[in-house]
This record gives sequence, C-alpha cells and structure tokens, in this order.
Amino acid sequence: MEYFVQQFVNALAFGSEYALVALGLAVVFSIMGLVNFAHGEVIASACYCVFLAVAVGLSQPWLAILLALAAAGAASVLLERVAFRPVRNAPTTTGLLTAFGVSIILQNLFQLLISPRPQAVPVLNGLNATWHVGGFTVSSLQVMEFLAAALSIGALVLFLNRSTLGIAMRAAARDFSTVRLMGIRANRVIAMAFAISGVLAGVAAVFILARRGSVSPDMGFGLVMKAFVACVIGGFGSLSGAAVGGMLLGFIEVGLLVALPQEHGGLKEALTYVIVIAILVYRPEGLLGSRQELGDKEI
Amino acid sequence: MLQLEGLTVSYGAVQAVRGLDLSVAKGEFVALLGPNGAGKSSTIGAITGLVPSKGRVILDGKDITRLPTEARIVRGLTACPEGRHVFANLTVAENLRLGAATRSDKAGVAADIDRYCTLFPVLGERIAQAAGTLSGGEQQMLAISRALMSRPRMLLLDEPSLGLAPMIVARIFDFIGSLKADGLTVLVVEQNAAQALRFADRAYVLGTGQLRYSGTAAELAGSDLMSMYLGA
Ligand SMILES: Nc1ncnc2c1ncn2[C@@H]1O[C@H](COP(=O)(O)OP(=O)(O)OP(=O)(O)O)[C@@H](O)[C@H]1O
Ligand SMILES: [Mg+2]
Repeated sequence: MEYFVQQFVNALAFGSEYALVALGLAVVFSIMGLVNFAHGEVIASACYCVFLAVAVGLSQPWLAILLALAAAGAASVLLERVAFRPVRNAPTTTGLLTAFGVSIILQNLFQLLISPRPQAVPVLNGLNATWHVGGFTVSSLQVMEFLAAALSIGALVLFLNRSTLGIAMRAAARDFSTVRLMGIRANRVIAMAFAISGVLAGVAAVFILARRGSVSPDMGFGLVMKAFVACVIGGFGSLSGAAVGGMLLGFIEVGLLVALPQEHGGLKEALTYVIVIAILVYRPEGLLGSRQELGDKEI
Repeated sequence: MLQLEGLTVSYGAVQAVRGLDLSVAKGEFVALLGPNGAGKSSTIGAITGLVPSKGRVILDGKDITRLPTEARIVRGLTACPEGRHVFANLTVAENLRLGAATRSDKAGVAADIDRYCTLFPVLGERIAQAAGTLSGGEQQMLAISRALMSRPRMLLLDEPSLGLAPMIVARIFDFIGSLKADGLTVLVVEQNAAQALRFADRAYVLGTGQLRYSGTAAELAGSDLMSMYLGA
C-alpha cells in the first residue's frame, strides 16, 4: 500500500511536469501554429540563470524560484521577438525549422559559455524532503509539484476566461485577423502567449532543478519531446488536451515502471509509445481534440 | 472622412482592385456595389489593412496606409467582415466584450452590451452561449453589435445580408439605416443593391476591379447600370 501511494504521487508529479511543459507548447501552438521545439531551452535558460545567480552569491531558495520564473518568461518572450517574429508569416515548416535551429544554437551556447558537463545547483535541494501524510511517506517535492501545476493551470484558466487579453487569446486561436479587427495588437497577444508559455516552463524548471540539483545544456530537449507526445495524445492545440495528455503520460510511464519486472525496465520507453500509438489509433485526433470545428457558419 | 486614392490590390498576378478612387464624407452612408469577384471585399480589406495594397488610404486627412490594422481601429474605424467571423468558441458576451477592447470605460461598455441586448433580444437570451451556436442571422446581429461596441466613427460593412432571409435582411438594414441618424459614417458592400440603396446617399459600382459608376443613390436606382451590373 505504501509503495502504491508513493508511486501514485510519483505519477502525479511526472504528469504535472509533462502537463506544464505541454501546456506551454499548446498555448503558443494554438495561436501561432508553431511547435516551439526551443521550449526546452527556455527551461534550460531559466536553470542556467539560477546557476549563474548562485555563482555570484544567491542563496535564498525563494529568490531562486522567482528568478527562474522571471528568467523563463523573459527568455520565451525574447525568443519570440528575436527568432519567431521575423518568420511569423512564413510557412509552418519555416517556423518549425527556426525552432529547431534556435534549440541547437542555445544548447551550443550553453556548452561553449558554461560547460558541456552538468553543473551543480544545490540552492533548491532543501525543497526535497520526506513528508509523512496520514501514515504514508511521500516526497515533498512531488506533492509540491502537483500543487504548483494545479495552481498554475487554475491561474491560466482564470486569466483566459476573465481578462480581455485572455479572451482575445482564445479568440486568436481560431481567428487571428478578426481579433486584430477588434483593435487588439497582434504583437501583444503573441508576446503574452510566449510569456505564459515561458512562466509555465519556469514552474517546471524550479522542480527539475530541485530534483536534479544540476543543470546541463540538453536538459530541456528530451522533456519537450515528451511534452510534444502529451500534446498529441490530448489533441494538438487544445489546452485542456495538453494538460490531460501530460498527466496521462505521467501515469503511463510510472504505471509501466511499476508493472514491468526489474530486468525488463528498459522496455518502458518502447511500451509507452505502444500505448500512445494505441490511443491514437482509437482516437486519431487525440483525446480532447475535435475532429470537426463548430465553425461560425461562414458562407 | 475616408479617401482612397489609386487603391490597387493584387493577389500574385491577379489584380483584384485597380486604381480605385473613392471618398466617403463624414456622416455619409455610401454603398459599394458590384458583381461577384468585383473587388469589393478586397477594397474593405485594404481599408482595414488586413489585405496589403498599393495607393493611399486617408482617414480624417491623415494617411493611414502604413498603419497596421489595430492602429486603424483605434482611430475610429471598425469593420464587420464578410462572413461575419463571430468568435464561435466564445460566448456572445465575450464577443461583445472583445468588440470594446479599445475602450477603458467599464461602465460604458456594460451599458452598451445592455443596449445591443435590448435591440436584439436574442443576443440577451443567449448571452452566455457560444456564438457558434447562433443562427446565421443571429450571428450577423452579433457581428454588427460587436463592431459597434468600439463606439466607432466609421463602420465598414461587408455583405450584411449574406445568406439571410429577406425579412431579416430588411430588419438589419433598418438598423444600419438608423445608425446614420446617430452620425455614424457607413460604407456598406452589398449584393442586395435594392436594400443598400434604401438608405444610401451615394453609391459606387465596381466591375472587375475598376470603378464603373459613382453617383447618388437616386441616380443609380434609375439607371440601366442596375440591370447591367447588379441584376436588379
Ligand atoms: N486571398 C486571395 N487570393 C487570391 N485571389 C483572391 C483572394 N481574395 C480574392 N481574390 C480574387 O480577387 C478578386 C476580387 O475578390 P473580392 O473578394 O474582393 O470580390 P468581391 O467583390 O468581394 O466578391 P463577392 O461579391 O463574391 O464577395 C476575385 O477574382 C478573387 O478571386
Ligand atoms: Mg466579397
């Protein structure tokens, strides 16, 4: 029972992390039609910022957390301004190639300017403790990660439903030109999408740092691939789909980890994709993606 | 209020509008007529800036040709595009709220939402419903209300009667006509020339991207252009 509860919390934590990163991809994709494969480097940038700040004397964990959130938001907005804005009206494949290019350039920059090897960042290690909840022992980090993800998603939902800019973002996901006809600046909507995407990545970055206690140039890339898969499972472009897909992916992975005997643990990745493919055969448009849009009765 | 000088719109090799000169005075109601593919929507697109064009677009004596769409709307222009383009996934209330995105007077915005819900009771009844579930005519009412939520000085309307029953068309035009009394300047594109000319002061007729006729609505109504170009 203890083991089961621990693994359940483990799955929640992994699912939360995938959901946060997948949401970041989906927010940008829904508006721009761009799969931002450089999203992982936004996470890495935030972690390297914390690494550098620690090197010059930062020791407060809460300051490190704020810094990670701010740095990720800023890095994401900066990428849009420098790399994606010039190709905004180019074909989708151009955007995709740009994103991959940016990702590679940033990874190389981290290698050249800092180090190709992992660097220790112990500032958030204190978050990682053991909690006793109702007779069970669980990892504090995992519980906090789930709560932080739930809080972030709640805040995002509130923003998208209450604020004018949030409503405009939902509208822009369907009909960008008409949003501009309302006098809403396209650049503002897109910058906001990247800022939100970046801050969500920052939340993920905090927990990655706390868990690993180190940074490395390629730390974000693999995660973004997983998040991409989560988006596909959930239905690409759907925000709720990204969150659900991320959570589901976490449960599939941890479920397999529990179910597979130790000596076959290496099959986890392969079986994960078998399950993903099975889901997509059953629902090609993803769990929450809609095959058919409601449309606005254009003639 | 609005002047177009030598407006040219091209899509690749296709020239949809060729050197169009047009003007709309303050408070005037002008109809832009012409057969399918004449370049009417392209002209509206060039005025809002959503469609790239050559030539000059002048609003209140200022050249706005280089301004992006958003900046033109802030200057008092608004458009109700062809095909309505309501935000299908947003509620009626959210659609209206976005129409007022350039305004900061919250109380005024709420009052205007009430006003259009009274004017078109169906909008009030469906205020929390997704706009995509409204009927075509109801969506048109929403699209026009949404365009007016910005309290514009000039309204561009592209085919408000598209796909609507004659009775609804008449109702919508009655409403558009009533806007003239409020001092709103209107440029309306229509296939339904008879309806448009009920309220228009002047009319322009386009044919394959070129100006075929311009004059008062009364002159046009009596001329054989009506049958030549407009099938009415
Ligand atoms: N995006 C586009 N790409 C290429 N050609 C276009 C595009 N939009 C319009 N055209 C062409 O430009 C010409 C004018 O089109 P426009 O939509 O302005 O006509 P219209 O007068 O509004 O017609 P309708 O009454 O049918 O709406 C047409 O020949 C059309 O095929
Ligand atoms: Mg048209």
